[in-house]
Amino acid sequence: MADEIKRREFVAIVSLLGATLATGCSSTAPSSSTGASAAPSNSAQPNKALTEPEAYTFLTPPEQAFIEAACDRIIPADPPGPAASAAGVPYYIDGQLAGAWGNGARMYRQGPWQAGTPQQGYQLALTPAQLYRTAMRAVDAHCTKKYNGNFSGLTSAQQDEVLHGLEQGTIDLDTVPSATFFALLLENTIEGYFADPLYGGNRDKAGWKMIGFPGVAAVYTNLIDQNYGQPYIVPPVSISDVQQGLAQDDMDPKHVALVRPLHRRAVGTKGR
Amino acid sequence: MATKLKSVDALTIGVGWTGGIIAAELTKAGLHVVGLERGDYRNTSPDFEVPQIHDELSYAVRLKLMQDAAVETVTFRNDSSQTALPLRYFVGFLPGNGLGGAGVHWNGTTWRFLPWDFETRSKTIARYGASMLLPDCTSQDWGITYAELEPFFDRFEYQAGISGKAGNIKGTLQHGGNPFEGPRSRDYPNPPMKVTYQGSLFRDAAAKLGYHPFNMPSANVTRPYTNPDGATFGACVYCGYCERFACEMFAKSSPQLAVIPVAQKTGRYDLRTGVNVVRINLDSARRRAVSVTYVDGAGREFEQPADMIFLTSFVFNNVRLMLVSGIGTPYDPKTRAGNVGRNYAYQANTGGTYFFENKTFNPFMGSGANGFVFDDFNGDNFDHHGLGFIGGADINVNPTGGRPIQNHPTPPGTPTWGAGWKEAVAKWYSRAFSVNAQGGVQSYRGNYLDLDPTYRDAFGLPLIRMTFDWGPYELKQSAYMADVLQKLGKAIGADHVATHPLKGKYTTQVYQSTHTTGGAIMGADPKSSVVNKYLQSWDVPNLFVVGASAFPQNAGYNPTGTVGALAYHTSDAVIKRYVKKPGPLVG
Repeated sequence: MADEIKRREFVAIVSLLGATLATGCSSTAPSSSTGASAAPSNSAQPNKALTEPEAYTFLTPPEQAFIEAACDRIIPADPPGPAASAAGVPYYIDGQLAGAWGNGARMYRQGPWQAGTPQQGYQLALTPAQLYRTAMRAVDAHCTKKYNGNFSGLTSAQQDEVLHGLEQGTIDLDTVPSATFFALLLENTIEGYFADPLYGGNRDKAGWKMIGFPGVAAVYTNLIDQNYGQPYIVPPVSISDVQQGLAQDDMDPKHVALVRPLHRRAVGTKGR
Repeated sequence: MATKLKSVDALTIGVGWTGGIIAAELTKAGLHVVGLERGDYRNTSPDFEVPQIHDELSYAVRLKLMQDAAVETVTFRNDSSQTALPLRYFVGFLPGNGLGGAGVHWNGTTWRFLPWDFETRSKTIARYGASMLLPDCTSQDWGITYAELEPFFDRFEYQAGISGKAGNIKGTLQHGGNPFEGPRSRDYPNPPMKVTYQGSLFRDAAAKLGYHPFNMPSANVTRPYTNPDGATFGACVYCGYCERFACEMFAKSSPQLAVIPVAQKTGRYDLRTGVNVVRINLDSARRRAVSVTYVDGAGREFEQPADMIFLTSFVFNNVRLMLVSGIGTPYDPKTRAGNVGRNYAYQANTGGTYFFENKTFNPFMGSGANGFVFDDFNGDNFDHHGLGFIGGADINVNPTGGRPIQNHPTPPGTPTWGAGWKEAVAKWYSRAFSVNAQGGVQSYRGNYLDLDPTYRDAFGLPLIRMTFDWGPYELKQSAYMADVLQKLGKAIGADHVATHPLKGKYTTQVYQSTHTTGGAIMGADPKSSVVNKYLQSWDVPNLFVVGASAFPQNAGYNPTGTVGALAYHTSDAVIKRYVKKPGPLVG
C-alpha cells in the first residue's frame, strides 16, 4: 500500500507539473516529481516555432469554400473573438469528417431503415461524412437555382437567408432533411471553436480566451470557495502544451500555466 | 462448441459497482469469484491520466467511455402503437462500458432514498386514499424498508468514502444536514465539499424562502481516505472534469478504487475483461442456473459454470439477459401478465438557468457533486393534496465544470448562431449558472422493456426495446418544480430566469439522465415482482439480479447510493444465509 500512496502523491504532482507526463517519466517517477521546474528533458523545444501547414483531406475545393463560408456566418468575425475560419474550424470539421466519427464509428448501422419520430432521432443510413457531402451538393444546387451562384459566392445576407432556411427546414434537399444538416453543422462549428486545439480548431485557444476558460488541467482546491465573485483569469493551457512541456505549475494559485505564450501550434497537434 | 471451464463458487456478469461489491464481499468470505466484463480493463493509471483525460471533445461529446452503439444499442418508441427504432447514437442517456462501468464516468452524487420511496404505494394510500393513484400507475412497495437497508447504506458510504453532512443521526436532527433524510446510524465518513459561489447564493436564498438547504452528498472524496477494507483514495481538487470523464486524482470513488482491488487482494478473484456473456444456461427443470456462455475477442465460446450467478450489468442488460435466457415470464402490457421488463422508469429533470448582469462566476471550477440541495419538495415531504401528482424532486445547484462545448448558456431570445449568439456566449459564460429539480418517475402500465423483434446486436442477440413516455404525474410535477425554480431564481436576484419544464412526449434526443430503472423489480410477492428483497430471482434461486433494475419506480435522487446499499444487502444475506443453505431466502 505504501507504494500505491507514493504513486498517488506523484500523480497529484504531475497533474500540476503536467509537463513531466510527456517525458517518459513513469519509470523514473522520483526524479521527475522532485523537480521544481517542469522543463522537459528531451521531448519539446518550447521556444522553437513549430510549424506544419494545415491541409484539407476530406473536403473537396468547392466543399472547403462552402464550409469556410458557412462557419463564418455561424461564428462571424465580430468581436469579441476571431471568425470560425480564423480559429481553424473548417480544418476541425475536415478532420472530423475524415476520421472515425465522420465514417460512422460508434453508430448503429444495421437496417431496416425507416423514418422515425423526432423522439427516435437520427435514422438516415448516411454517415456524417456522407450526410455533409450529400447536403453540401444539394445546398449549392439550391443556391445556383435561386441566386445563380454557389453558397460560398453569395453575399453575407444571402448566405444568412440560406442558413435560416436550412435551420427551419424550409429548403428541400431531397435525401437529407435540411434541419438535420444544419443542426450538425452548427454543432460541429461550436465544437471546433471550443475543443482542444489538438483537433485543428480553437487556434491559439481563441475560443477559450473569448470566454475565459482556462483549459485542461488545474487544481482549484484553494480557490473554489475563496473570493466569491472575482474572475479567475489565466492563459489557457491545452493538452499539447502539457505534453510538449510548454506548461508548468505556477504553484499559487495552482493552475497549470504556460511557460510562455504560444503563437504557433506545435508539430503533430492537428488531430483526427 | 463452447469450451467448458472449471466451476467456481460465484460469477458476476458485469464488473461495475454491483459486480465489484459482490466480488469484494464474497472473496473476503473465502469464496472464489469470476468477474466477467465485456469492456476493457482500465485503471486510474495509466488510463485516466492528465492531460488526455481532460479532453471535452473526446470524452464528453464523442463519449469515449460509453457503450458503443455500433455493437449494441437500444430500440425506442414512446408507446406500443409505434414501431421501435434503434438509437443510432446515444444522446439522451449514456450507458457505460468497460471495467468499473458507469461508476467510472459518473458525477458522484450519492443518496439514500427516503423512507417514503420504499413504500410509495402503501404510504400514498394511507395519506391520500387509493383515489390518489391513477389506474395505470403500477408503482408499488419495494418489499424492503429504509430501516432494513440502513446498515447497508452505511456500508456503502464508508466503503466508497462519501463526503457529506448528516441531517438525522438516530432520530436527532443535525444542524446543516437534510432534516428530511431517514435516520442514519452515524455521520458520513468524510466532511462535505467546499461551497462554490453559486452554491452559497443558492443556499442563502433557499434558507430565506424557508427551505432547508444542505451540502450534496458526494463521492468526490474530500480528503485522503482509507476505507474499512484498506483501499485508499486521494482528495478532490475541483478540476471540473467528473461527469463523462474518469478521475486522475484517485478522488472520485469508483469500483476500481473502492472494491475491485479488495477482491483482487484476496487471491480468490478471477477478473476477465473483453468477454461478452450471451446466455445464462438453466438446468432442465429451469429452476437452477448452471453456467453462462460467453464469447471472447477471438470469437471463441466458453461455458463457465458457477454455483451462484450474479447479473450485475446495467439495467438494460440485466433485463435483456434474463429474457434472452428464458428466465421468468416476459411482461405483457395488454394482459399485465408476466413481470420481466415491467415498471421501467427514469428521471424527470426540470432544468433552470439563472443569468446575472453583475455577478461573475468561475464555472470551470467544480466537481461532479459539490452542490447544494433542498429536499422540501421531494418524496412526500410536502402536502400533495390537490397537486395531481405523487413524489417529487431534489432541487439542487451543482456546478460540475464549465467545459465550453457543452456549457455556454445564453438567455431566452438569444439567436442560435451569428454575431448576436457569439456576443451573448462571451458575455454570459461567467455570468450564469444552472439549477435542477431532479424528479422521480412513477411506473405505469405502458412503460416497459422487452426484446426487439427486428434489431440485433453485434453478437446476434435481440436488442432491448424500450417503450416509455412521461406519465401525467411527471408532467404535473415538472410544471410545479419549474415554479419553485422561478421563485428561487428571483430570490437569488437573477436578472433572467429560464426554466425548462417537461412538455409533450419523452425524447431520447437531448441528454436528460442515465438514471434508467426497473424491468427486474423487487418486491414481497412473486406475482408482482421478479426478485425478492435480496434481489434473488423468484424463479431461479441461485440467480441474483443486482442493480437499479430492481427499483419498482424511481425516486427524485441519483440511484447509485441505493444500488450500492442493495448490493451490500444481497452479499450479506448470501454470505450469512445462502451459502450455508442454498435455496430461496424468502418464502
